[in-house]
Amino acid sequence: MSDPSGPRPAIQLQGLVREYRGRGTPMRALDGVSLEVAPGGIFGIVGRSGAGKSTLLRCVNLLERPDAGTVTVLGQELTRLDEPALRAARRGIGMVFQHFNLLSARTVAGNIAFPLEIAGIPRAEREARVAELLPLVGLEDRRDYYPAQLSGGQKQRVGIARALASRPRILLCDEATSALDPETTEEILALIRSVRDRLDLTVLLITHEMAVVKAICDRVAVMEAGVVIEAGRVFEVFTRPAHATTRRFVSEVIGHVVPPGTLARLPDPNPGEERRLLQVLFAGPSSTRAVVSEASRRFGLDLNIVSGRIDAIGSEPYGLMALAAYGPPAAIDEACAWMRALGLDVTAIGEDPA
Amino acid sequence: MIPWLPPALTDLLIEAAWQTLLMTFGGAVVAVALGLPLALLLHTTAPGGLAPNGLLNRPIGLLVNAVRSTPFIILMVAIVPFTRLVAGTSIGTAAALVPLSLAATAFIIRLFENALREVDRGVVEAARAMGATRTQIMARVLVPEALPGIIAAITVTLVGLVGYSAMAGAIGGGGLGDLGIRFGYQRFMPDVMATVVAILILFVQGLQSLGDLLVRRFSRR
Repeated sequence: MSDPSGPRPAIQLQGLVREYRGRGTPMRALDGVSLEVAPGGIFGIVGRSGAGKSTLLRCVNLLERPDAGTVTVLGQELTRLDEPALRAARRGIGMVFQHFNLLSARTVAGNIAFPLEIAGIPRAEREARVAELLPLVGLEDRRDYYPAQLSGGQKQRVGIARALASRPRILLCDEATSALDPETTEEILALIRSVRDRLDLTVLLITHEMAVVKAICDRVAVMEAGVVIEAGRVFEVFTRPAHATTRRFVSEVIGHVVPPGTLARLPDPNPGEERRLLQVLFAGPSSTRAVVSEASRRFGLDLNIVSGRIDAIGSEPYGLMALAAYGPPAAIDEACAWMRALGLDVTAIGEDPA
Repeated sequence: MIPWLPPALTDLLIEAAWQTLLMTFGGAVVAVALGLPLALLLHTTAPGGLAPNGLLNRPIGLLVNAVRSTPFIILMVAIVPFTRLVAGTSIGTAAALVPLSLAATAFIIRLFENALREVDRGVVEAARAMGATRTQIMARVLVPEALPGIIAAITVTLVGLVGYSAMAGAIGGGGLGDLGIRFGYQRFMPDVMATVVAILILFVQGLQSLGDLLVRRFSRR
């Protein structure tokens, strides 16, 4: 499963099963999840609420114990450790929470120092570490404030500084931006990305917002009903979603290719010809070629651009376009094959759903 | 000293006030010292707690409820053998302290438990994720975060003890309540009764104001 020549995965989950036994029928929150997170990456797990992503994240530091399966973090199999060893291992895994979970009775500095206090680090060292972390998260002037005196974004900055205090190599983010407004969300995501770059961290985050995945993740896993239904590089998953649920998620950020109502305005095809709606995805070098006009000339088609957009996922640009092709069916087929040969992703889209 | 009372009664009043203070604060000290650890034990061993344990949780919970549901005047006489064992005597202020402490402990445990339950579960989870031990979570998370509630619980218990201590006269515990009964009621001296009640009102007001002040001081929400 893992490539022996490649770097050892930072997090390795194998066959995780977690069942909640209530009064009724038992509920399987995790139904055999296996996942590998490469070191240095930002890995996103996305899914609707109840898909099991929160349980999965809590299994990584064993806040929840899986009923079956193994959790290996940085080569150490946590599921085999006893309590004291597990507590020591948890100190190497930082965690950031949706509702911040700060101690209300402690100041910003007191909260950041808390994990160090737990680890029995002497006072002078704790204070030095807090002094390092405050500027890292931009809270130098809030040192002695209490959480109740801070905004949501500031609270999450404290949460991040606290998670980083004991110099973990892994950072778990549990819906870290879901309680924040869009602007603050961007700030916090930028902060997570910058600490990852600076501190040699591996980040595993869960979210229900595809925009978060698009903004900072390099790999993503999509969960539904306790299983991972699709996983891969964010660019691949976004541009070529294989599963219906993934497509729905992706359409949240990519948008609908054909705006509703456009079809009614399209002219009908000439007798003997066909009108076919095509979705064309440009990714990589082909995006610069004048594909539409060339296809039109070569195959004698009328190509009507219904909609189009150019965007980037991470640093990779892509274009997504909807074409209404008019012409003989055989010529349309040939044009599609030609575009595919150029490395474009061409799919016929039905005319009805919009 | 108190112009409308005979001097002998003034002396009795001072002695009674002293006994009331002793029973109230003495009972509260024992209640906090025994009640906080027991409340933490109940809280952590409850279902869904840090260390769920029904075998520990249920008997303690049952005992607490048993003490709480026994009328104090009955509790006082029912535990006389135990009182004699602890205090060496079954009459007097020291003897009254035993049932008072017991009743106050059972009472404060439930109040402490409520205060602990108010602590955000997320904060406890965060501490667990940091690798905190159960003891660390109790001492550095649960108690500090619940502190305003704990102070409020102590205040309510102190006020309750003032009331309970009036019944301590039944086993010779003395105190202001006892003085009010013996002189104000049984000897038809309404001015004594009025003075005793006035002092108790001032006392309770003072306790409550102090408690509220401390709650505000430690509240950071």
